[in-house]
Amino acid sequence: MKYDIILAGVGGQGILSIAFVIDNAALEDGLFFKQAEVHGMSQRGGAVQSHLRLSSAEIFSDLIPLGEADMILSVEPLETLRYFDYLKPQGAVVSSCTPYVNIPDYPPVEDIYREIKKAPVHVLIDAEKLAKEAGSLRAQNMVMLGAASVFLPLKEEHLRKYIGVLFQSRGEQIVQTNLKAFDLGRQSAFQKH
Amino acid sequence: MKKVVLLGDEAVALAAVHAGLTAGYSYPGTPASEIMEYLIRISEGGKKFIAKWCVNEKVACEEALGVSFAGKRAMVSFKHVGLNVAADPFINSAITGANGGLVVVVADDPGMHSSQDEQDSRYYADFARILCFEPSNHQEAYDMTREAFDLSERFGIPVMIRLVTRLAHSRSSVAVREPREQNHKLEYGRWEDWTLLPVNARRRFRILLDRQKELKDYAESCPYNHLSLNQADHRLGVVVSGIAYNYFREVAKGLSSEPSYLKISTYPFPENKLRQLIGQADEILVIEEGYPFIERFIRGVMGIPGKKIRGKLDGSLPLTGELTPDAVAKALGLPKKTGLKIGEFRLAGRPPQLCVGCPHADTFKALNEALKDFPGSNVFSDIGCYTLGALPPYNAIKTCVCMGASVSMAKGGAEAGIYPSVAVIGDSTFAHSGITPLLDAVYSNTDMTVIILDNGTVAMTGGQPSYGTGEPLVRLLEGLGVDKNHLKIIIPLPKNHQQNVSIIRDELAYHGLSVIVARRECIQILGEKKRS
Repeated sequence: MKYDIILAGVGGQGILSIAFVIDNAALEDGLFFKQAEVHGMSQRGGAVQSHLRLSSAEIFSDLIPLGEADMILSVEPLETLRYFDYLKPQGAVVSSCTPYVNIPDYPPVEDIYREIKKAPVHVLIDAEKLAKEAGSLRAQNMVMLGAASVFLPLKEEHLRKYIGVLFQSRGEQIVQTNLKAFDLGRQSAFQKH
Repeated sequence: MKKVVLLGDEAVALAAVHAGLTAGYSYPGTPASEIMEYLIRISEGGKKFIAKWCVNEKVACEEALGVSFAGKRAMVSFKHVGLNVAADPFINSAITGANGGLVVVVADDPGMHSSQDEQDSRYYADFARILCFEPSNHQEAYDMTREAFDLSERFGIPVMIRLVTRLAHSRSSVAVREPREQNHKLEYGRWEDWTLLPVNARRRFRILLDRQKELKDYAESCPYNHLSLNQADHRLGVVVSGIAYNYFREVAKGLSSEPSYLKISTYPFPENKLRQLIGQADEILVIEEGYPFIERFIRGVMGIPGKKIRGKLDGSLPLTGELTPDAVAKALGLPKKTGLKIGEFRLAGRPPQLCVGCPHADTFKALNEALKDFPGSNVFSDIGCYTLGALPPYNAIKTCVCMGASVSMAKGGAEAGIYPSVAVIGDSTFAHSGITPLLDAVYSNTDMTVIILDNGTVAMTGGQPSYGTGEPLVRLLEGLGVDKNHLKIIIPLPKNHQQNVSIIRDELAYHGLSVIVARRECIQILGEKKRS
């Protein structure tokens, strides 16, 4: 078994938190993983991405070769398109439909959706609405993780466990908000997929 | 064995602690910052060792050398250009030698994700004539760092660990071993080893030269330099180093038979193993992250008669930027793969930018307005978040070269006739390398204006402490001899805009040295404080 994920978003949207949960859940599931992330200058409101590879055998490259990703998981729709070149023809696109507009030439969002829908397997999630429903706009990343969990070769209980670990220092209420965000994202993806 | 999830940087840090580290020193810089971040986190968890951010890399390296002198184990870590700053103590530490284990960790940034060049630190290790490890994965980063401390003491030299961004900032699981205790006894270095008067330095250098054979023997027999020969297929021999090995193994599955290869992870070069590989292959392909360091060594001036040598120098692989599995696949003659296409859709770029509400933005707006009255002005700047002030909508700065260069270049620019000559530098960058050039400017009373953006932190790398901020910064400036009448503090907020423009304008007009401190806390740090 091998499962390669491109995680995408804008600096500050919390894609490394998604990665933390998947990494640790994978380890708990007895899988090998490697996850290349971006730090430093790009984190300041720029495009950020992370290559996350899961496998039952030893993984060599930290980077996913072009055309080999099983999933693009993105917290922002324009960022989803930036990495299409990495996706396998039958790979899954799990994308937020909530645009993060911090550039003057942001394309019309309908054009972005139309491009995303060209992927044979795609799920567009209203992360902003569901995060608000869960209790915090900041939880959009966990909504998206919930949506992706429908496809991921990982046990749901392990993902939930590490959401707890990730947020425990911020108190029980924050943990519950993020678990709810995860559940809402998961339900939404089930309905759409 | 216990397995833990770690960044490459963290694997190095944990290994150092397990190797009996007494003190670790660093200055923040991507992609090395997480080494010290992790050391500090462990030390705050109750482990008894020192983990400190220092004012710059030279100081960090010298502090580590002092620990080594005392017979204890020390590590210094920084990014590749940080080693330029620390080059003086680094090179000379090979001459004094190490008493307690001394490990120098350098994180190179091929592809310049967050740097102004992509220099390759293996040249520095070669220059200093010391051992260098180049791990290819997290487990090796851990194992090699542990071994580096032992080897430093065995050979009496500092040992380098060379990381690259993709390993430093990649996360995976690592099996860790039983920790070793610190060196308990203080064992002072001998004066005749550590006082580099010519009479001692000549003798010490001879000792270093004589030791080269032992280092070569070690690298030759070291299992990290692994030779795999395919006796059935002599067409190709591949030399791979560090993380290039990962890309090679990833894509070599697609070849009809796996070529012979030599994985180099320990320097000096394992020359015998290289000869063995080259001897049996018709064609050589060298794959390495960074400069064509191994490739040039193999090729020399004459090449190898009858053998084709491929790599970065003949264009088989790109000379700049990071390697990718795709680039390595191409060099091995494998077909190019592609994924989904987005056709005609125009993908807008999303470069990094200053945060909404950033104090630097307000300072740049005020500075730009004040400069409108002064044609011929130039703003020299420096390294930090504020370098983004070069981009629209600010277009406020014209230079960024190396830590502290804004102040010295503004002085040079002023002396060449630029007026007004302005330097814009952050508080931590000023503490790092801006103080000495400002002292120069004070003594010449140079006609220039220095603006210190005091946001109280090293913001770009994640908010490490700054050692030149707030009131102590102002006292430092006074102590350097800056004229109090031309030492101004502004608070960069939209509501103060007009007042700030007027203060800056007055100081630009003054023919002499002015220093303006633009003081407001980084909003990221402020946000974190509010959340916690």
